[in-house]
Amino acid sequence: MTMLRLVQMALGSLRRHVGRSLLTILGVVIGVASVVVMVAIGKGAEAAVNAKIAGLGTNLVVITPGAAAGAGVSGGAGSMDSLTIDDVRKLTQESVEAPLITPVIQTFSMAVAGKNNWRTSIYGVDVSYFEIRRWNISSGRVLDETDVRNSRKVCLLGATVAQVLFGGDDPVGKTLRLRGVPLEVVGLLETKGQTAEGNDQDDVTLVPYTTVRSRMAGRQFIAQILMSARSESAVPAAMREARAILREAHGLSTRAEDDFTVRDQGQIAAAAKGASEVMTTLLLAVASVSLVVGGIGIMNIMLVSVTERTREIGIRRALGARRRDVLLQFLVEAVVLSGVGGILGAGLGMAVTALVGRLTGWATVVTADSVVVALAFSFGVGVFFGWAPARRAAALDPIEALRSS
Amino acid sequence: MSVPVVALVDVGRRFEVGGAVVNALAGVDLVISPGEMVAILGTSGSGKSTLLNVLGCLDRPSSGEYRLDGEDVATLDDDALAGLRNARLGFVFQSFNLLPRTSALDNVALPLFYGRHRPGSDPLVQARIALERVGLGDRLHHHPNQLSGGQQQRVAIARALVTEPSLLLADEPTGNLDSHTTVEVMVLLQSLHAEGKTIILVTHERDVAMYCQRAITLADGRIVRDDSVSQRSAEVDLVRLDAERLA
Repeated sequence: MTMLRLVQMALGSLRRHVGRSLLTILGVVIGVASVVVMVAIGKGAEAAVNAKIAGLGTNLVVITPGAAAGAGVSGGAGSMDSLTIDDVRKLTQESVEAPLITPVIQTFSMAVAGKNNWRTSIYGVDVSYFEIRRWNISSGRVLDETDVRNSRKVCLLGATVAQVLFGGDDPVGKTLRLRGVPLEVVGLLETKGQTAEGNDQDDVTLVPYTTVRSRMAGRQFIAQILMSARSESAVPAAMREARAILREAHGLSTRAEDDFTVRDQGQIAAAAKGASEVMTTLLLAVASVSLVVGGIGIMNIMLVSVTERTREIGIRRALGARRRDVLLQFLVEAVVLSGVGGILGAGLGMAVTALVGRLTGWATVVTADSVVVALAFSFGVGVFFGWAPARRAAALDPIEALRSS
Repeated sequence: MSVPVVALVDVGRRFEVGGAVVNALAGVDLVISPGEMVAILGTSGSGKSTLLNVLGCLDRPSSGEYRLDGEDVATLDDDALAGLRNARLGFVFQSFNLLPRTSALDNVALPLFYGRHRPGSDPLVQARIALERVGLGDRLHHHPNQLSGGQQQRVAIARALVTEPSLLLADEPTGNLDSHTTVEVMVLLQSLHAEGKTIILVTHERDVAMYCQRAITLADGRIVRDDSVSQRSAEVDLVRLDAERLA
């Protein structure tokens, strides 16, 4: 009996029990669909992280205060105010490898414009911030040397803040108040979207750092010093250099640990990727469980089917089917069941992925390998769980089988 | 003289049931030549079914020798027996044993798909020819539940014929049929016999045995009688039955 004929026969016998077959494969359908969806969401998150990191610029070096416990995990920004404006000046004067440097002085305040108010992050930055972060403006202008030198009362708004305070209007030329200080809006930043962690990067107000220091009361600290190395290959040198300069500035003895952390994008990327990979693996594990449960459902029904069709098996044996013909028949039936389940599941998974993408706005990527792996796995499930029932069918004694009612 | 289709020499078949030994067949000698139409008679428990299973290569004798078309069956393994059933034997059962929810055509073609030496011929074409031969050319795509008992048994006979076997084994082929349909099926079997088929028919009805040429009676696992029968024409009986029905 040819494989084609076996598959035709299996399809025929499954068609005779359409309702039951569909219920049987439901487990596999859901299993495969969830694998496809989970991987698509995981891969989407990973792709989003990668895109964000690329958008940050590969030359970026980030210095944060406080000692780090490990790669990418700081002791909490502001838990130690170990970075000072003098550090920034010293880095600016002495660094050869990183020509662009800006402090990011962070404070929080209620921003008020007319009747609207909004609690937002305020970053005090230098003129090079825009180039280092590769952040363009959609209207107005960026900060210039005069703004910084004269501590001018100007600011740029992120898209979120502008939307909340000024609705759809162009905020350029308008005025808002931060901690009682009136600031003129000179520019509107381009939309950046969320970070990989889900923080809204557009919920930000940029002010000259000198203005934050000299005109604003309240708690403020240097959350970050951002530097841009001369080139991507200069990043390690720039990191070493910055570390040496800061250790000297902080008067650390050779044995003392750093009271700051210098990181590049590679480490940040690794941390973010690690997190999203763990997530993908966990989701995949959960999805695999449902595939296995689906396989058990198939085994269950195949065992019932063998019992019900004992007489059929007897007839086939009398007509010349060998044991292996019967084994193959039931095995192929189980594989066709789970295979059809796998194909339907892959389709359902892609549909659900598209729906999730549309409803939540998450980036989702259906990869060919996730579909192929899920399909291969569902065929494997059919072979694995179809084996025992098929063996039972093949082992039946033809005389006994013919006698059964 | 040609090779006998069936040659049994002192065939025994023992079963152990709960420690007790049952001799279902206790030394059967039997030779059936090509073209014979033989009835095997016996009450239940006489060993009829066991003999049929042995003849049909579904079971192997515990002792003695069985040659089918001159081939010693005792030496063959399970797969070889399956091949023999497929190529040399055609089964007709009391309860028809057609696959449910499967068309007559597919039922008849089934043995051809298990065959291993028929290249170049389309099983469905052969199945159609076999169905036409039993007068069911217009029922090819009917399922068993859409056919009468007599029609179902004709499908089963077509399935038994489709591989052109040397021996047709019929186990109470008319046991589930009314008297009129019984005669109809016997007409068919007699016409196959007339074409040269070798037929063994197991029955407990003397009336049915009358349509054969030879009647073997089994009791306690032994052949107790082996009579030649003056074969009744089923066709004549059918004409008579139809006439009675009209009257």
